[in-house]
Amino acid sequence: MLNASDLHFTRQGNAILRGVDLTLEPAEVTALIGPNGAGKSTLLHLLSGALTPDGGRVTLDGRPLADWPRADLARRRAVLPQSLELTFPFRVLEVVLMGRSAYNGRSSLAHDLDVAAAALEEVDAAHLAERIYPTLSGGERQRVQLARVMAQIWPEAGDHRPGILLLDEPTNNLDLTHQHRLLAFARRLAEGGVAVLAVLHDPNLAALYADRLVLLAEGRVQSAGTVDSVLTAPQIERAFKLKVAIQRHPTRDCPHLIPL
Amino acid sequence: MAVLAARDSAGALRGQAARARLALMLLSGGLAVAFLLSVGIGAVAISPLQVLSILLERVGIAGLSTHESMQETVLLAIRLPRACLAVLVGAALAVAGASLQGLFRNPLADPGLIGVSTGAALGAAGVIVLGGSLSLGLSAAWLDLLLPLAAFAGGLGTTLLVYRIASREGRTEVATMLLAGIALNAIAAAAIGLLIFISDDQALRDLNFWLLGSLGGITWDRLLIAAPLMLAPAMALPLLARPLNGLLLGETEALHLGFDVERVKRIAILLTALAVGASVALTGVIGFVGLVVPHLIRLTLGPDHRLLLPASALLGAILLLLADLLARTVVLPAELPIGILTSCVGGPFFLWLLLRRRGLGLW
Repeated sequence: MLNASDLHFTRQGNAILRGVDLTLEPAEVTALIGPNGAGKSTLLHLLSGALTPDGGRVTLDGRPLADWPRADLARRRAVLPQSLELTFPFRVLEVVLMGRSAYNGRSSLAHDLDVAAAALEEVDAAHLAERIYPTLSGGERQRVQLARVMAQIWPEAGDHRPGILLLDEPTNNLDLTHQHRLLAFARRLAEGGVAVLAVLHDPNLAALYADRLVLLAEGRVQSAGTVDSVLTAPQIERAFKLKVAIQRHPTRDCPHLIPL
Repeated sequence: MAVLAARDSAGALRGQAARARLALMLLSGGLAVAFLLSVGIGAVAISPLQVLSILLERVGIAGLSTHESMQETVLLAIRLPRACLAVLVGAALAVAGASLQGLFRNPLADPGLIGVSTGAALGAAGVIVLGGSLSLGLSAAWLDLLLPLAAFAGGLGTTLLVYRIASREGRTEVATMLLAGIALNAIAAAAIGLLIFISDDQALRDLNFWLLGSLGGITWDRLLIAAPLMLAPAMALPLLARPLNGLLLGETEALHLGFDVERVKRIAILLTALAVGASVALTGVIGFVGLVVPHLIRLTLGPDHRLLLPASALLGAILLLLADLLARTVVLPAELPIGILTSCVGGPFFLWLLLRRRGLGLW
């Protein structure tokens, strides 16, 4: 569905990405892991269309991103940013409604309100609807933003093309419980057909919730595939320059990484 | 239960929309009252009924009440163009301020901040000092024409310069833009200082009067030239309300929401420069309208640009009408420069905002 081939990206003479291939499929959670500076966020922004690659191309349904009308693209893919500074005193429901911007003129206010309310309910934040956004805690804000991006790609009657959700380090600033709740939620969305890509710092979190791992190192895909094929001691040691042991998770059938 | 809570707040949002309509109606009514007060009060008093009757007589409907010909002259030649100017400048400055604040995602931005006002002032000061008495010896008629042009060019030039400095590869860094605005403000202020230093007595008096801001001395001819330059941005900027809302989340986020961010920024900057340049040309530097008005609206009606921009236009017009009324009546027969008045109110207001924001832990 979303397909990147041979992506190159250079910033001020430094090659950030050097020939990256990546495909996102419906109903799949892909986790993008790798050391700091590997180019994970840059890759995410190339996939979202916020950045234009210096070489290679990104296509959605076979059509280059640049050829998609902005609003059409916005109704198909949403991006949860790493952090977001909103100091203006909007109410939570108004923030979630901003996710419906690309539906202006196509959808009624009543429908948009229903979607926003349902999205807030999904992330267990319906009780926050009337609160002023800047007064929320970090975890609450993250859930509201998640509701906003969900409202953006909410399934519409008569349109069965699956949405794409890009999460840029979504577990930053979240406590343990909320990290797991957020990723479990991303999992549920994928089961509903959405293609999810999450940039994650913690390989163990990635192992618990992802169908596929992509390990990015020095601007290249060092390894990609099932969790078990990517999360091996040699791969991790090569990418992160860190001695690790790989054990099995006690209850879930997935690898668990322990630094030595 | 929780779903019900969200549905309830959806209802509350609809209530908010009704409240927004009511607020706009009240503000429109307030503008009409302020306008009638403004044209009626002064050395020659004209009652609202007389105002209406004089205006109706002009379009061929017999008068509702009697009036003296002096009243008619004062109203048509002096008060009316001046009140129209106050409405236009107040609306243009307030909408420009609100738009810049959205563009910079900073509720403390003001047209003065990115150097538009000072740049426009420099253009006009150059004409007053160099074109008038000193070297070129231009006639008064030429000065009348050249002054607004130079102020407008100065404002637009500064904005374009800030924009060129701050944008690279089609993207604008907001922080760089603000800092460039500060630097350009300093440079323009220094250049104005130099002009003051070399100007003679007459030019100095003109310059001072103009730099402090005043709505006096406006004629229909000059007003009609500049009116579209202020009216067009004041009407057009509210059309950008949705993308400006999106921009508050961040430029990349607005892009992800489906807005053409670079285009919106270009249009907003151009319209803002137009509005501010044109108003500075006609009235000199009137500070803080662009800061105070949007803040009052945000405090009472919320930050949504769809309401903020039109409501700011109306309140800006009302406040400048009343400020001008005060400026020209409080020390009769003399006239206080209106810029001093707005700064007297706006300066402390700005400090109060800073302290309040610090108290809320926003900085």
